[in-house]
Amino acid sequence: MSAAAGAAGGLVLAADAPPNPWFDPSYVVDNWETILRYLGEHVRLTIAAVVLGAVIALPLALLARRSRFLAGPLLGLSTVIYTIPSLAMFAFIFPFTGLSSTTVLIGLVAYSLVILVRNFLTGLQGVPADVREAGRSMGYGSLRLFWQIDLPLALPAFMAGLRIATVSTVALTTVGVLVGHGGLGQLITGGFNANFYRAEIVTGTLGCVLLALVADVLLAGVERLLTPWARLARA
Amino acid sequence: MNAFQDAIVYLNDPFNWTRVGGILDLLGVHLAISAVAVLAAFVLAFPLGVLLGTSGRGGGAVIVLSNVSRAMPTLALLTLFAVSPIGFGNKATTIALAVFAFPPILTNTFVGFRGVDADVREAARAMGLSRTQVIGRVDLPLALPLVMTGLRTAAVQVVATAGLAALVGGGGLGRIVNLGFGQQNYALIIAGAILIAALALLTELLLVVLTWAVTPGPRRLPFLRTRTAAGAAEPTPVAAGMPL
Repeated sequence: MSAAAGAAGGLVLAADAPPNPWFDPSYVVDNWETILRYLGEHVRLTIAAVVLGAVIALPLALLARRSRFLAGPLLGLSTVIYTIPSLAMFAFIFPFTGLSSTTVLIGLVAYSLVILVRNFLTGLQGVPADVREAGRSMGYGSLRLFWQIDLPLALPAFMAGLRIATVSTVALTTVGVLVGHGGLGQLITGGFNANFYRAEIVTGTLGCVLLALVADVLLAGVERLLTPWARLARA
Repeated sequence: MNAFQDAIVYLNDPFNWTRVGGILDLLGVHLAISAVAVLAAFVLAFPLGVLLGTSGRGGGAVIVLSNVSRAMPTLALLTLFAVSPIGFGNKATTIALAVFAFPPILTNTFVGFRGVDADVREAARAMGLSRTQVIGRVDLPLALPLVMTGLRTAAVQVVATAGLAALVGGGGLGRIVNLGFGQQNYALIIAGAILIAALALLTELLLVVLTWAVTPGPRRLPFLRTRTAAGAAEPTPVAAGMPL
């Protein structure tokens, strides 16, 4: 009798427990607008961070190549910034810029800057000195020297840096949930806070991974287009 | 900046450190979670890396793993484990962190062991060393710098990421930052951030010194190596760090 009641109780409980599937296409369909809005923010933050990082990193890398006294402290400082956890970084910036996407952007720029400076410097140091010498003796000015000799020769390293920076920026943007601007990360913590809504969490996660993959493939394509000579050499 | 002064005041109060659930308690949890995660990852990844590296097989899979792990947001994995049947809390956090520590250790061990000069190995074999002796006495010392790089990357990553666990119901120092955001208390946020950043930097420093102590041969601290512009000569540590 009591066993039967227990079994019945168990059945009722099982029926009561709401289904919480990991994958739910209807969630994606029903919340398409929200997902797109967060995706848009994610993409905007990533592009802005990588572009700003590159714009700041390039002159720094050029300076660091010129003087070795500058390169040491620059690389040391970049190691320190690299080691600061994103949570702490966003928390440090938060009192200045508040709950805005600027807080996230500044943190992301700092990280992408650090990655890019290192890769840009590696690329520039890999340019053979005799080629630069030859360019200069042919009367190239410093701008032309950079544009026609340094840039093409260092391009593979530059692009490698951009790809790493982009992929890790996509992943890092999610930590922006701390200040309410984490792009697709909002879905991840949103799902967690909405009583462990798995479909929302998985959507956010897959969105991030797919975005990183697409960005990486796009940049690989850009690299291919920009370096037609590499393709010729391979063929 | 007022919040920074208040944060220093908060950190200067011994009671904030010693009370139940204070900084020392949270630090203990933070370190325990991180240590278990790194250790578990090392126990699994190191033998696998040695196996794959010495046989020279599976390189493609290792590189794919390290690339995918870079695209996977740390927050996402922490959340996924927190809502899995394991339940949120320190257990789920530890498993998620161990998953994160796995790729850098595996990749660097693999690259380190694969990079050992075949001639050196051949010579050791010719001198009568057994296969296991070659791994222990020839491969390991030569691969050690990269193995330690992997361990350092993983440890710093785990210590840093453990702070994020507080966002999804885990413990550790991230609690302070999370509480600060909940209470709109800037001083608390900054104090937590200072603690987490200091812990990550200390971990890095400690492991750099440890690497220097255990690495045979010319004793050079890793951060001095960058200044001698030997960066190009280093083998490619594929999963070298990324921001956390």
